[in-house]
Amino acid sequence: MVIADLVRLLDAQVLCGQDRLDTPVVSACCSDLMSDVLAFVSEKTVLLTGLTNMHAVRTAEILDLKCLIFARGKVPGDDILARADELGLVVLCSRHTMFTSAGLLYAGGLRGAALPEDEGAPRAG
Amino acid sequence: MSAPAFTRGFDIESQDYERAGEASASIKQALRQLGIGADILRRVSVVAYEAEMNLVIHSLGGQLSIRVDPEGIVLTAEDRGPGISDIESAMRAGFSTADDRARDMGFGAGMGLPNMRRNADEFLIESRPGVGTRLEARFHLG
Repeated sequence: MVIADLVRLLDAQVLCGQDRLDTPVVSACCSDLMSDVLAFVSEKTVLLTGLTNMHAVRTAEILDLKCLIFARGKVPGDDILARADELGLVVLCSRHTMFTSAGLLYAGGLRGAALPEDEGAPRAG
Repeated sequence: MSAPAFTRGFDIESQDYERAGEASASIKQALRQLGIGADILRRVSVVAYEAEMNLVIHSLGGQLSIRVDPEGIVLTAEDRGPGISDIESAMRAGFSTADDRARDMGFGAGMGLPNMRRNADEFLIESRPGVGTRLEARFHLG
């Protein structure tokens, strides 16, 4: 699956990264809590969130994520989109709620990111 | 692998949510330029970001610093207080004393310290109420 498939499934608006829609994605994560995202997400994960401040982009930067989807028609500020573009992120806006957006992506074949191993267990590579 | 000795420090202001994360992004960029591998780069970056957010959310201000030598990477966060009275509780996933502002920013879910410990190869934290907190995360290279 590539980001263009997510655009189609959600009928999403592409806010930045139109030229990077062929980037592969393997899983998704849905949260407004960035610490949860930082706990278990890997780079080919899509982050679906309602959090439109700089920390969504910052979290994507820290984890090398390639795609952010803002749910319920939320559009972040221009400074945030400019930073996302600078980092090579694709940013999408879904008019659906987070729940419905996640459901549409799941029905389209995208699956959730793996949960973290128990404390002390080996880390995912 | 070996990396040249490298140190860098960043002053982190209390409650400065606008700039929060910039130091961690700089650290990530510097480590990438040093040729640090992707897995360790991500783990150090996650710990740096969580530590930086903790300094912003909970401390009176402090410093985030990084040292890289051929043996490994040491990330240190040291603040000027107020200190943690119950470290055992603070290390428990889900425990948080963060306010609504931190939660509005996507933090304060009580995952910061557990995330840091999980991602580091060695993790030390010491705190004195009224004095401050120092945490050190070590990552082995090679």
